[in-house]
Amino acid sequence: MSDTPSATAELILPKDLAAGKGMVNVQIDDIWHQFPKGTRMIEACRQAEITVPHYCYHPKLSSPGNCRMCLVQMGMPPRPAPGQEPQRDENGYEIIGWMPRPVIACANTVGENMGIRTTGDLVEKCREGVMEFLLINHPLDCPICDQAGECRLQEQSVQHGRGVSRFVDMKVKKPKNVDIGPRIRLDDERCIMCSRCIRFMDEVASDPVLGFTQRGTHTTLTVHPGRLLDSNYSLNTADICPVGALTSNDFRFQMRVWFLKETPSIDVNCGTGTNITLWARGNKLHRITPRLNDEVNSAWMPDSHRLNFHYIDSAARLTEPLSRSVGVSPTSFSPTPWPTAIAQSAAKIQSIPAAQTAIIASGRMTNEELFLTHTLAAEIGTRLLSLVPRSGEADKLLVAADRNPNTTGAKLILGSENPYSGLAFIRDGVRDGSIKSLIVLGEDIITDAGFTADDLGKLDFLLQTSVLANPTAEHAHLVLPSAAFAEKRGSMVNLSGRLQRLNRAVELPGQAHDDWEILRDLILAISGGKNEVHHIEDVFKALAENVPAFNGLTLSKIGHQGTQIADTGYQIPLLANERARKAAGLING
Amino acid sequence: MAVVKLQRPKLNFGEKIYFGALIKGFFLTMSHAVKSLRGKSVGAETLASSGLGVTMQFPEQRWDSHLPEYYRGAPALVTDEQGRERCVSCQLCEFICPPKAIKIKPSEIPSDDPWAKVEKRPLEFDIDMIRCIYCGMCEEVCPEQAIYLRKDYLITGLKRADMVHDKKRLYEIGGVRVGLVNKWNELK
Repeated sequence: MSDTPSATAELILPKDLAAGKGMVNVQIDDIWHQFPKGTRMIEACRQAEITVPHYCYHPKLSSPGNCRMCLVQMGMPPRPAPGQEPQRDENGYEIIGWMPRPVIACANTVGENMGIRTTGDLVEKCREGVMEFLLINHPLDCPICDQAGECRLQEQSVQHGRGVSRFVDMKVKKPKNVDIGPRIRLDDERCIMCSRCIRFMDEVASDPVLGFTQRGTHTTLTVHPGRLLDSNYSLNTADICPVGALTSNDFRFQMRVWFLKETPSIDVNCGTGTNITLWARGNKLHRITPRLNDEVNSAWMPDSHRLNFHYIDSAARLTEPLSRSVGVSPTSFSPTPWPTAIAQSAAKIQSIPAAQTAIIASGRMTNEELFLTHTLAAEIGTRLLSLVPRSGEADKLLVAADRNPNTTGAKLILGSENPYSGLAFIRDGVRDGSIKSLIVLGEDIITDAGFTADDLGKLDFLLQTSVLANPTAEHAHLVLPSAAFAEKRGSMVNLSGRLQRLNRAVELPGQAHDDWEILRDLILAISGGKNEVHHIEDVFKALAENVPAFNGLTLSKIGHQGTQIADTGYQIPLLANERARKAAGLING
Repeated sequence: MAVVKLQRPKLNFGEKIYFGALIKGFFLTMSHAVKSLRGKSVGAETLASSGLGVTMQFPEQRWDSHLPEYYRGAPALVTDEQGRERCVSCQLCEFICPPKAIKIKPSEIPSDDPWAKVEKRPLEFDIDMIRCIYCGMCEEVCPEQAIYLRKDYLITGLKRADMVHDKKRLYEIGGVRVGLVNKWNELK
């Protein structure tokens, strides 16, 4: 023992090494790791790639620790007697004294020289016990439950559950199929009282309408009397519900989740550019859920944006190019093959002087499409190019006032501070007859841009690309069917300057074409050049070469979490709330 | 594993030229031929033969009454003793079906229905009998004991569409099954 003190004095102890970086040493399942001070044990385990089963814990919400599923065994070095040196192993870590009782990993933070065991008899027994209690009153609803297939209770029953119930009494009956809001259905028997939904509505949506009543096994999730769960963020509660207690009315009984293919994409309903996952089976989109992105939408999304996808396979969908029959009343359209439609458009555009031609594009177009629109305008030789502004009320969370998803991209690509400024001039031009030819890309200018049917009647040529049949298309000479947001690839820049990708989840219906292909074909038909653009990657490459903000990027380099390419100073309010709560230590983030 | 060395049997001259065995076989065949002409084939009785050997003259003669208990014919949906359709359209059979013969469209049971508490039932349930391979996976996977392979084996049609069993047809074939699933009853 005589040489030990001097040896330790020379040796730099791991605790000092870690403390220098503001970290602590934690042993998880016999392996030492370093984590920042204040990390929750469950987060530490996650970072060490060890899963601790849990129900109530959610990194974006506070931790009440009420499901008890995340119990782990914890150990700390025993406190040495006065004058006694702490015992250390050969690496300088103190010997851990394991506690006989488990602790919850979600609400405790790690400490120096702490030990965590996520396996072993004690932990296994705890998990089995918790699972048995949770399943006592759980109904045998899995065949009719929408959550089946993505249910934590199912998953953890497989690992920690018993094959057969030992419970001989009657199960507690609770309200089933309760209508608690316009978009959410509640089944109280399935609820495991994790309180995630209650905390979400309180802490994130700031509309605390949910709560528990009764006690013990009779605890029931209810909505406040006289209130409804009608917040624009209510469907997030169905996402975070670990069981099938809260399900979405829109997705209810539509399709089992194990059939659905997930495609990461972004939302196009406002400038926030919420990251989403598209869930499709075959060629049908069934639901949209938010995708985690701490720089954009955290883990949430508004209901209004989430449910706005049913138009994709509606009856109003355009599936083939239509050309208006001339001189026939009432107006009738006949299907036209693509080559004819493109050739006709090019001929018409060229026959009208460039000064009398204008282009109205859309803030819902991707960067690639806007770039090609810019090229098309240059090819025609017109300077009249404007987007249609679209604004609504901003909430204080994720919905932005600018309802166009790619305003920032348009500013960068068109090189204009206000890409909407030219609209009034074009409208006046159409009214006074100085504009004779109008190309409308993906917009319904009668409904959204203040044009009237009479205005459009004055035009010699009106070309429209559109996803759905609309009032403007009624007056168009040619209507070209284009792709909806779930059917195309491309990129957009959100209000805070983040470049993000759209991905294709379903194929285009009928003969509809991708917007960028339509634009490319039009440009080629007008210029008569040889086609050198075969993929959307080629378009992005040209974009990256021509627009400074995109220099050095490719579609694949953007990544699923996006890349910051501009500093606009725009703050997403929800993120500010979340960062404040994280700084206050309320959540892990 | 232990290796067992086998000794090749020693053949005598008669066996080596195998002519005797041919004659033997010929007589055996002839004896069966004579038996069958006299209507006395082995198993003719139990196999309900037409009288000529053990061959059954299908379709005039049917084997239906001889089908064993475990015979697996066409899959069909069943109702329970209270007339409730057992299928809740969980789509597990659709998922497990190896040749993808099953197609289900789920729907919600309206609240005024006596079985409203079951919440879910199939709106459409199609089994394409051209695709079905009678493997019985759908029966095995069904958590509600709603789909069974019945003894129907004569599935014919003049068009492809005829070969698709819709929900109505499936319940006709399936009939009623009792017991096993009580969770939707009042007893629960």
